Amino acid sequence: MKPLTREQMAWRAAQDLPEGAFVNLGIGIPTLAASYVPADREVIFHSENGILGLGAKPEPGMEDENLIDAGKNYTTLITGGVFVHHADAFLMIRGGHLDVSLLGAFEVSEAGDLANWTTEDPAFPPGVGGAMDLAVGAKEIRVIMDHTDKKGNPRILRHCSLPLTAAGCVKRIYTNLAVIDVTPHGLFVVEMVDGMTLEKLQAITEPELQLANSWQALAPPAAIAA
Amino acid sequence: MIDKQVKTLADAVAGVKDGATVLVAGFGAVGVADDLLEALHEQGARDLVIVANNAGNGDHGLARLLNSGRVRKVICSYPRSGDYSAFLNAYRAKTLELELVPQGTISERMRCHAAGLGGFFSPVSAGTKLADGKETREIDGRLHVFEKPLKGDIALLRADKADRWGNLTYIKSARNFNPVMAMAADLSVVQVNEMVELGSLDPEAVVTPSIFVDRVVVVGANP
Repeated sequence: MKPLTREQMAWRAAQDLPEGAFVNLGIGIPTLAASYVPADREVIFHSENGILGLGAKPEPGMEDENLIDAGKNYTTLITGGVFVHHADAFLMIRGGHLDVSLLGAFEVSEAGDLANWTTEDPAFPPGVGGAMDLAVGAKEIRVIMDHTDKKGNPRILRHCSLPLTAAGCVKRIYTNLAVIDVTPHGLFVVEMVDGMTLEKLQAITEPELQLANSWQALAPPAAIAA
Repeated sequence: MIDKQVKTLADAVAGVKDGATVLVAGFGAVGVADDLLEALHEQGARDLVIVANNAGNGDHGLARLLNSGRVRKVICSYPRSGDYSAFLNAYRAKTLELELVPQGTISERMRCHAAGLGGFFSPVSAGTKLADGKETREIDGRLHVFEKPLKGDIALLRADKADRWGNLTYIKSARNFNPVMAMAADLSVVQVNEMVELGSLDPEAVVTPSIFVDRVVVVGANP
């Protein structure tokens, strides 16, 4: 059994972004998904700092000091892209204008509660940025995260142990082992990596998992960085 | 004849009082009026309340104000950005108050003041720690949190071009908080790369109309 790499998780999430969608990618693994949108689809990426039509990382030497993404890294604008001011960028987020918000997470509960803004480390000030806005506003909230923490403890929990970003918002979870849908009838495993079983996955997931009737193998193409 | 251009950075920040609420535009290091922040440091106002997205970088601009103990409180969404040691030191020394506000709530609270409204209900932060103590209301079956308008005594802004009336254009993602902060302060001060003749800015391309701008100072583009 081979868990997915960060790139492969991003690839998997990108396959679900529909043609014509407006999408916000969170900082970290979600940002990588931009590179894996199927070539025949036009997806427009939104950045909270006022970009609609976020492009790829610039070539070395082509960085523009006035053009950064939400992670404060240099970026580019695609043809057709525009700039808006902050209040409008968040109007797009909060007002349900984005089709998908793809976020990182520390924990997700079986009810779809999301915890991704603070680990409550007393040595550092908290920061929330746009996390709470992104978690309530988009038409669909999806999460990419490792299935367990570094010690192997579940991150999909009955109830989040960390402070919530938003309650009941997550609809789909992409982990390094599985794709799981959050539904009113519980958590459904729709894909698992080769060699994974429901029993093994259940052992590292706190709430009850059910296997979807139509479940499939989670198998990235060999070309995606392993 | 209307002419909002002032000659020096000192003229641009003249009159800021102790205890003032200062709207500091920018996202990360982009679109930040660093020269105006340095001028405010020289001007000497104390007990400032800073509204910004981040909380200063390195030891210049906002970070310098923090290091010099001029700031009483920071209202921001994400202090942990870049080299935020100035903020961190003051935070750990407990000499600084932090009001953490979701990013879209900060910008909307300022727009709310600019629009003459008394507040708004938002689903953002409902049911979380950041909504503790705030009035809530269920609207169409969804929990909302009441957010108050946020007003600045002064806004420190950065734009690309201005004319003598104070119409402004920006460059790319350096626009960020500048337009909404320009609308939300009693006194809006902007540093620009260039002054242009009245009439030479395309009326369709002006982002901040002159009604929101009080003083303009030319600092030129970054070296």
